Amino acid sequence: MASVTFDKATRLYPGSTKPAVDSIDLQVADGEFLVLVGPSGCGKSTSLRMLAGLEEVNDGNIFIGDRNVTDVPPKDRDIAMVFQNYALYPHMTVAENMGFALKIAGVNKDERAERVLEAAKLLDLEPYLSRKPKALSGGQRQRVAMGRAIVRQPQVFLMDEPLSNLDAKLRVQTRTQIASLQRRLGVTTVYVTHDQTEALTMGDRIAVLKDGVLQQVGSPRDLYEKPQNVFVAGFIGSPAMNLFSSDMADGGVKFGSSVVNLDRKFLQAAHGSKITVGVRPEDVIVSTTPGDGLEIEVDLVEELGADGYLYGHATTQGGERTDIVARVDGRLHPHAGEKVYLLPQPGHLHAFDAETGVRLNDAAAIG
Amino acid sequence: MTTADLINKIVQVAAALAIFAAVIGLILFLIDKAPKRGRDGFQLVAFLAPALLLLGIGLIYPAVRTSIAAFADNTGNFIGLDNFVWMFTQPDALRTLANTVVWVVLVPLVSTIIGLAYAVFIDKARGERIFKALVFMPMAISFVGASIIWRFVYEYRPEGREQIGALNQILVWFGAEPVLWLQSDPINTLLLIVVMIWVQTGFAMVVLSAAIKGVPTEQLEAAQLDGTNAWQRFRNVTVPGIRGSLVVVVTTISIATLKVFDIVQTMTAGNFGTSVVANEMYNQAFRSQAPGRGSALALILFIMVLPIVIYNVRILRQQREIR
Repeated sequence: MASVTFDKATRLYPGSTKPAVDSIDLQVADGEFLVLVGPSGCGKSTSLRMLAGLEEVNDGNIFIGDRNVTDVPPKDRDIAMVFQNYALYPHMTVAENMGFALKIAGVNKDERAERVLEAAKLLDLEPYLSRKPKALSGGQRQRVAMGRAIVRQPQVFLMDEPLSNLDAKLRVQTRTQIASLQRRLGVTTVYVTHDQTEALTMGDRIAVLKDGVLQQVGSPRDLYEKPQNVFVAGFIGSPAMNLFSSDMADGGVKFGSSVVNLDRKFLQAAHGSKITVGVRPEDVIVSTTPGDGLEIEVDLVEELGADGYLYGHATTQGGERTDIVARVDGRLHPHAGEKVYLLPQPGHLHAFDAETGVRLNDAAAIG
Repeated sequence: MTTADLINKIVQVAAALAIFAAVIGLILFLIDKAPKRGRDGFQLVAFLAPALLLLGIGLIYPAVRTSIAAFADNTGNFIGLDNFVWMFTQPDALRTLANTVVWVVLVPLVSTIIGLAYAVFIDKARGERIFKALVFMPMAISFVGASIIWRFVYEYRPEGREQIGALNQILVWFGAEPVLWLQSDPINTLLLIVVMIWVQTGFAMVVLSAAIKGVPTEQLEAAQLDGTNAWQRFRNVTVPGIRGSLVVVVTTISIATLKVFDIVQTMTAGNFGTSVVANEMYNQAFRSQAPGRGSALALILFIMVLPIVIYNVRILRQQREIR
């Protein structure tokens, strides 16, 4: 077991001018579960493959423990990887698949069988040990891929969207299984996904990437409560945070006719006269009294039982239309066509520089 | 041929096509009008009959005739197993069988190994297409053409004269005497085998190269992380991944080799101890006026091909369980 360190690691594909991964600095502590998350093409898989040694590192270094592995071939890195499509060997049985690395490492037959059996028990794969991958269901194949990694007892687990080929229900189940298994084994894990829910539920810490650049690293709570920029704010959380630009007022920002307080020092730090404000759908107060904040016309209310989501739009002075989502009570809520007025809950306003997108206020708190 | 002839021919072809279309149309029309009850059976027969008829005339009837002829003498009298006794006792006939075995062992083995190695080495290399084309080109040459090319390579001129064969010229450069290659038993058989390998390697290479590209990259990467070196990856991931294609290549080449006739006929006409079964079959049937012996050889050839075909089918069925 070991820590993992990316030290300004960069990957530039030949023929491209923009790095796919741009000098990433990232530390993963021993035994930690780190999730790399971002939209497709953000470089998260490339980062993982750089750590695996499947992708060249053009600049910077990668360490596993204290060992610089930047130029070490994959086979000598002592890492195991779970691939998105599992990459099981089709001509080998489940047991052979799981024991292959040990066989290559020259582990004797008895020990091999013992370790495979141990992992199979852990993953409920015992009845399937003599089957070929083709005769397994998607979930079972996924577990074999996990088993292949576990049997190795590697320093680091790498997982590249291992759940994306499963159906929704199985995905949620397997998600918790993987997370609890990782905690039990205590092996440092780097997990790649594009699904922010997966990231929030599984990771000890989450690293958000966009266009090859690391946006923010932190605990799920950190990322949710205090996104460092507009991108992270919009990416983490579902439904996504409402983000729109608003005029600064004396001592705050305008929410329709109301002014929401914001410390003067944050306002002074902003470029220009507008700032981008963000409010999560679950952090708004919806009122039907005119004048109580931003005027919203309700387009649709989705009822989900206990809660409902109000989809509406505000029209700003310039005639621009901004879509707004708000969580409302599932039983008592406004209806389509009505007008409602919206204010952030105290302490839950996120303010970002309109030009740079960088966060202005410290915590999600009003001045 | 005059222009009028040409036009005449074109009209004939067009007429033939029209008649063909009309007949097919009529059959389809009649099938469509078939009574509801038993329509499936009717359609089955109507569609299968033409193909079955042609198969019967072209394949089954000759096969049966050949099988009967194998047990008869030149005049058609039944003589039991005499033709086969001749085949397995006469030194010449035995030599033919032995040569065939050498061909069937060496050609598929060597061309597949070379083709596979070549396909692996040029995979994803720069100029892969050109490298492939170079090796594939001989496939486009007929066996007779290839044989003529190689006969030049093996060509002999007496010592002192200017050598036009590449092989002898090389010998002369090293100060050795030129050799009458195609008449030197047993090396001449090997030299003929080289021609077949030269032609078949391209086939093996192209098929295997495509198969190699079909092995999922992730499997190779997974194997890389599992600690394998390049050879272990090749043995444990690539080869099992292309097993189906390997079997197809080996069996196809084996069958082609069993039937080889043109190369031997062109190069030595089966003389100097180079004859093979297919060649001898032709010689007996059409030159020595011994159709019985020729038929017996044909039958043996068929029996030799059979296990290869069965093996092929079995492996392909196994592969289906994996994929």
